[in-house]
Amino acid sequence: MRVDPRQLLDLVVGDPQAERAVPPTGFTARLTLFTAAAMAFLAVFALALSMATGRLADRWSEELARTSTLRISAPADQAAAQLRAAITLLETTPGIAAARALTPDEQRSLLEPWFGPDLPLESLPIPQLVEIIEEGGGYDATGLRARLQAEVPGAVLDDHTRWREPLISAAGRLRSLGWFAILLIGAATAAMITLAAQSALAANAQVIRVMRLVGAEDGYIARAFVRRFTGRAFLGALGGTVIGMLAVALLPRADDIGGFLTDVGFRGAGWLWPLLVPPLAAVVAFFATRAAALRTLKEQS
Amino acid sequence: MSVSNGKDLRTLDLRYDCNLLQIWAKRAGNGGEFTVIELEDVAYSYGGAELFAQLNLSLAPGSFHFLTGPSGAGKTTLLKLCYGELLATSGQVRLFGEDAASLPRDGVAMVRRRIGVVHQDCQFLDHLPVSENIALPLKVAGREDETGNNLDDLMMWVGLKAQANQTPPQLSGGERQRAALARAVIMSPEVIIADEPTGNVDWEMSQRLLTLLVELNKMGKTVLIATHDLNLIRTAKNQVSARVLRLKDRRLQLAGAEL
Ligand SMILES: Nc1ncnc2c1ncn2[C@@H]1O[C@H](COP(=O)(O)OP(=O)(O)O)[C@@H](O)[C@H]1O
Ligand SMILES: [Mg+2]
Repeated sequence: MRVDPRQLLDLVVGDPQAERAVPPTGFTARLTLFTAAAMAFLAVFALALSMATGRLADRWSEELARTSTLRISAPADQAAAQLRAAITLLETTPGIAAARALTPDEQRSLLEPWFGPDLPLESLPIPQLVEIIEEGGGYDATGLRARLQAEVPGAVLDDHTRWREPLISAAGRLRSLGWFAILLIGAATAAMITLAAQSALAANAQVIRVMRLVGAEDGYIARAFVRRFTGRAFLGALGGTVIGMLAVALLPRADDIGGFLTDVGFRGAGWLWPLLVPPLAAVVAFFATRAAALRTLKEQS
Repeated sequence: MSVSNGKDLRTLDLRYDCNLLQIWAKRAGNGGEFTVIELEDVAYSYGGAELFAQLNLSLAPGSFHFLTGPSGAGKTTLLKLCYGELLATSGQVRLFGEDAASLPRDGVAMVRRRIGVVHQDCQFLDHLPVSENIALPLKVAGREDETGNNLDDLMMWVGLKAQANQTPPQLSGGERQRAALARAVIMSPEVIIADEPTGNVDWEMSQRLLTLLVELNKMGKTVLIATHDLNLIRTAKNQVSARVLRLKDRRLQLAGAEL
């Protein structure tokens, strides 16, 4: 379909009287408004989901790739010695920037989601965790494991790859699903607006006949319908977007726990993305209605 | 009868009382180089038997024709062929020299702007006031700026000033026909085709509408009117040299002096 840029301009500044030729029909008007609002609401959520999973994947791949954990399970009397030995060993390993033993408080907060607060850590045989921060191209995990086995028998090295990779790929999958959902929402909007426009065109056969009789071109008649539907889709989508953004903003936050579900939402400039939904809905409605109108007018000749 | 300026109809002189006609008169007068509407060996059928066949008709610019014939003979159908709403099933229809069958879609729209049509069942946008309906051809053609005085004059002339803000369904049959005629002529089209324009109006108003058509014809506009009102035809013949065509038994004949 060829689109004259003048017609797009016309749509914005053009003859606002043209659409008076089409009587306002309550049913298709409400249908379009509702569809656009509902779809925009869903689109805002799909967008929030995509952005959250995107952030999650980024964080996992970035943070986790740069860190590893050493777990030392040793009898109480050897714990301090093994920890010292491990730290010394780690600090002299090329590719490791720093190694730090987690404090009892940090260890407790890691366990808190599972065991609740006030866990008597001291009386439990909890392994000591050491956070390893990498530098440059990282360290040679196989070599480090061999040396640890010799010098710190109670140590187990976890370089996170085992559980990082499936998480990242899951996050990536979730993110593409989010975008796919947005595409589907767009297509469904186009389909529903096409149906609404077709029903409006059918209901207004008499209007079309009169317009033809007095010498209106297809483009003029189509524009009357296109303006209506584009305007309604924009307004409906604006409403749906605002409600969707409010709902996202009001989602319960629990950043300290940092769970994924509580992270669904927009950050900073990310809040600008959902604002694209209403204009996009208008563009979808414009093309859907125009195609439907020109097709119907051609068939009715 | 609503005559808003209070003058007696019969003494009303179009040339002074209808500004619009004076303006149009200045514009008219393009010479008659070709036939505006020409039908050659035309046949039409709605799918069943042919309503007429081998029909020939040519309207010279500035001519005045009546089309009569029994109800169901196909007068309305013939008029629709003349303004491109229907396409002939065989033969050729030429509108302003162009084959109607091969006109592009927007070409049909352009032709309609040169032909003012009074449809048999009027055909309005029922949700808009009468005045907007009458001005619709100008609006559609992007010539809204010409609406102002033209519209007022015309509404006055067809006696619909008081009804300007009513919607078409609120009008009587006769008022609707007057509005349809006003809409047909507001663009000052080269051709005026009217299907039973006086079917529902009283004698006095039909005279008034006829006078409008005759005046337009005198300015050089081509007029084609389908009617079975023989009195109307007789009156017209006193004012203008009109030819009467009769559609009967699938043929179009020139009616003789019996009228
Ligand atoms: N849209 C249509 N479909 C089928 N038949 C039609 C249609 N319009 C008119 N006819 C038939 O064609 C014949 C001529 O109709 P019409 O042109 O309206 O005649 P007139 O105007 O002389 O009364 C009639 O028998 C009518 O029933
Ligand atoms: Mg008829």
